Amino acid sequence: MTLGLADGGGHCVTTSDTSTGRRPRRWHIAVFLAPAVAVYSAFMIIPLVSTLYQSFFSKEWDFVGLGNFVQLFTDPRLSASFWNALGNNFYFFVIHMIVQNPIGILLAALLSNPRLRLRGFYRTVFFIPTILSFVIVGFVWKLILSPTWGISKTLMNSVGIGWLYQPWLGKEESALTTLALISNWQFIGIPMMLIYAALLSIPDEVIEAAECDGITGWAQFWKIQLPLVLPAIGIISILTFVGNFNAFDLIYAAQGAQAGPNFSTDLLGTLLFRTFFGAQLQLGDRGLGSAIAAVMFLIILIGVCIYLFGVQTRLRRYQF
Amino acid sequence: MHFKTLMLAGSALALAAGMGQAFAQDVTLTIESWRTDDLAIWQDKIIPAFEASHPGIKVVFSPTAPTEYNAALNAKLEGGSAGDIVTCRPFDVSLGLFDQGYLADLTGLDGMENFSPVAKAAWSTDDQSKTFCVPMGAVIHGFIYNKDAFDALGLTEPKTVAEFHAVLDAIKADGTYIPLAMGTNDQWEAATMGYQNIGPTYWKGEEGRLALIAGTEKLTDPEWVEPYAELASWKPYLGDGFEAQTYSDSQNLFTLGRAAIYPAGSWEIAGFNTNADFKMGAFPPPVVNAGDTCYISDHTDIGIGANAASPNLEAAKTFLSWVASSEFGTIEANALPGFYPLSTEPVTIEDPLAQEFASWRSECEPTIRSTYAILSRGTPNLENETWNASAQVIKGLETPEAAGARLQDGLNAWYKPAAM
Amino acid sequence: MAGRSTQSPFRSIAAHAILLTYTVIALFPVFVVVVNSFKNRKGIFGDPLALPIGALWAPEGYAKVWLRGDFQLYFQNSLIVTVAALVLVLLFGAMAAFALSEYRFKGNTLMGLYLALGIMIPIRLGTVAILQIMVASGIVNTLWALILVYTAQGLPLSIFILSEFMRTVSDDLKNAGRIDGLSEYTIFFRLVLPLVRPALATVAVFTMIPIWNDLWFPLILAPAEGTKTVTLGAQMFLGQFQSEWDAVLAALTLAILPVLVLYLIFSRQLIRGITSGAVK
Repeated sequence: MTLGLADGGGHCVTTSDTSTGRRPRRWHIAVFLAPAVAVYSAFMIIPLVSTLYQSFFSKEWDFVGLGNFVQLFTDPRLSASFWNALGNNFYFFVIHMIVQNPIGILLAALLSNPRLRLRGFYRTVFFIPTILSFVIVGFVWKLILSPTWGISKTLMNSVGIGWLYQPWLGKEESALTTLALISNWQFIGIPMMLIYAALLSIPDEVIEAAECDGITGWAQFWKIQLPLVLPAIGIISILTFVGNFNAFDLIYAAQGAQAGPNFSTDLLGTLLFRTFFGAQLQLGDRGLGSAIAAVMFLIILIGVCIYLFGVQTRLRRYQF
Repeated sequence: MHFKTLMLAGSALALAAGMGQAFAQDVTLTIESWRTDDLAIWQDKIIPAFEASHPGIKVVFSPTAPTEYNAALNAKLEGGSAGDIVTCRPFDVSLGLFDQGYLADLTGLDGMENFSPVAKAAWSTDDQSKTFCVPMGAVIHGFIYNKDAFDALGLTEPKTVAEFHAVLDAIKADGTYIPLAMGTNDQWEAATMGYQNIGPTYWKGEEGRLALIAGTEKLTDPEWVEPYAELASWKPYLGDGFEAQTYSDSQNLFTLGRAAIYPAGSWEIAGFNTNADFKMGAFPPPVVNAGDTCYISDHTDIGIGANAASPNLEAAKTFLSWVASSEFGTIEANALPGFYPLSTEPVTIEDPLAQEFASWRSECEPTIRSTYAILSRGTPNLENETWNASAQVIKGLETPEAAGARLQDGLNAWYKPAAM
Repeated sequence: MAGRSTQSPFRSIAAHAILLTYTVIALFPVFVVVVNSFKNRKGIFGDPLALPIGALWAPEGYAKVWLRGDFQLYFQNSLIVTVAALVLVLLFGAMAAFALSEYRFKGNTLMGLYLALGIMIPIRLGTVAILQIMVASGIVNTLWALILVYTAQGLPLSIFILSEFMRTVSDDLKNAGRIDGLSEYTIFFRLVLPLVRPALATVAVFTMIPIWNDLWFPLILAPAEGTKTVTLGAQMFLGQFQSEWDAVLAALTLAILPVLVLYLIFSRQLIRGITSGAVK
């Protein structure tokens, strides 16, 4: 812990010492940064770095250089699992982007209308799925979709579409989509809240000015509000990306570490868990697991960098 | 940074080892286990019995959900915070822990002489020279059925595969019950209650299992493919949407009286006794031709060992010796019907259904699950692959032959049978 | 407010139709769990959508759960861990975000990237190293172990979101403060923090949820009976009563209700935070 403090603190001091700002020796920057950097370095970065370091070692703790990475991409079984998980992960992300975020924005837009009745009620209700744990979400949806319990079938029968019922979670072609939609259901509150907060922080004067110009309703939303909340949408997209590529718990809670049926719901997170910690009779392989983690990290890092340098710097921000 | 972390790790272990010595007088032993279901039995029956005869040692049973047990235990052993007593999975998982030095050597433990070499094999090194867990229980596979349903439909326990199918057809034709309560959502159900349940009949138990390890039989041979073909033929008898039916769905289908036959492990007995309000019976896996020798999976499933880094190793060994005694065996056999003590000392089993399962031991040849010893040491892991293959075959998405070929391929990728 | 255009009744109905539909979708699963937790196994299976009234009323599941396990203690543990970690995340996160968004200094972007690294790797990977650190410092099986890990885990996201919002705080305001001779600390605590209250409230909710619901670290760092959290307790019941669905659903309801109540209380604060930010 002390190591982390020394590391983090030292880094900050040097940055402020060498800074070229308006005033010399801006110690307050170090003070503002120090606590966060200290705790974060000690309990997150050091453990993670020491884990990623293991990716250069074999199960027997022999140094193998890039051996684990080579194995990951050349072993036919392992690389097949990896590409399968990566493909599934992209699919999972795409479903979130086209279902969760637009619905979240729509709900936030509807809620931001100050004349709407019951908005407090709706806002509270829409966030409820988000506060539930994966254990609960996985269990509940499995029950609802269960062929044995028959809730979905009964409901679908009551509107005359019972014949459409399928054991979705048990079929390779539909399991991943179903889980992605469950995940959308669970997390829709996050884009909704962020956009909602952004919409509310648009000053009334801006809206009033637009109305004076005759821009109202949906036109107002598209032309005035949406551009103003673009930075928030940017944050949401990148959070979704990072969250999806780290996703693990829902799949694990609903389908187990083997990500059935037939690995059709395997994401990088479940592949990593199986490899790193082992599953059932399969022993964990720290080196290979860390190699997968390092690759995941690279993928996410690339995504975040595209956002930070490609998108964020280009977004226009408005100060009110 | 890396170097510092390693140093830190080192000092952490040293500290953990030193810490325990401070509390010497009244020792508390913590048991790591995946048997969350048994919490009440440990708290109310087993621990009080031990503490009554061993003043000065307190025991806490601290289970983790089965799905997280292996990962959590490994992390805690490595981090130095695991409990003193460790419940052992059979074969390679525990062997791996022993090889890494996390489990104490119990070869000379008092009471270990109560176990046969077969019972100890699941927790011994390959040359059988060292044993690291006390064998605690075996589970037997078979079929539990709804006796009321059988009586109402005028059915009797099937002895052969043909009779078994006739029974299933009769139940299906009647339509009141789902013939078989089994789903493929959790995958292990299909492999464990399905393939490993009926398979020994085809591969002749130990004979086939050892031949597979020796490399003289292959998973593509008929005796290993036929059980898959038999599994595939179960599909029409499973409930609607069995693809998404989970293990607990299956249990509920049976105990609520909606399904007639449950491909079972004996560990279900306790739960079924409480939850089912109809009479139950059990029959062993049917044989192919009338008069054939029957084979059952009598699998050494649960053992118990000591954390080598425990500061209370002596107390832990005292406890483990007690677990090896017939006093523990009798409590276990009756509090947890369906877990059969492995000790050679006789224990009496009172539950009729548990007795029924146990009675097969005298009629049939016992074996353990084919994938557990040695063959699941590498990647791809045969046991985990078998889960997938069993589910795929039942769903009709893979032919039995293709499944056998795929599994043998996977095995060939890392396993070289010792030269005979 | 009065200046806004009047809404046609058709639009209002359409809006409510959408919102009500989504209300049903959001609440249905919770409804299913809560309603069925008051029935016995037969009722749960036989008539899953019926209300637990009349012959169906059978709250035995709760009795089973209540007998084993100290839910009150679990709840207290979860509350302490969540609130403590939350306070630390918000305070440290806001300070760091302010430094990153307000000052131009060498290594700013690099520091931003460094602090964002944490959201890119699952912290679960560092489990063994974290556990070793906790054992070395003797805080394993205490709530502190959880608080520190969750603080570290929550910081990257909070810094990320807060610095985005802090960029929208008017420079004029801050510069006016500087001209008045306010210290940078005063500017941060007195001027900036109140203005980003909506963002703080949002971050608070996002941070709170994964902490409250985490299963992994309680399992590894603090599995002792005295430090067990609600989620870990509920998970134990899932294992223990595998097929006794009345008990399982009762345990799930008991795990849902505290968060729900906490959220309902907190949601008022949240809304107050958001609206006060908007009205200014």
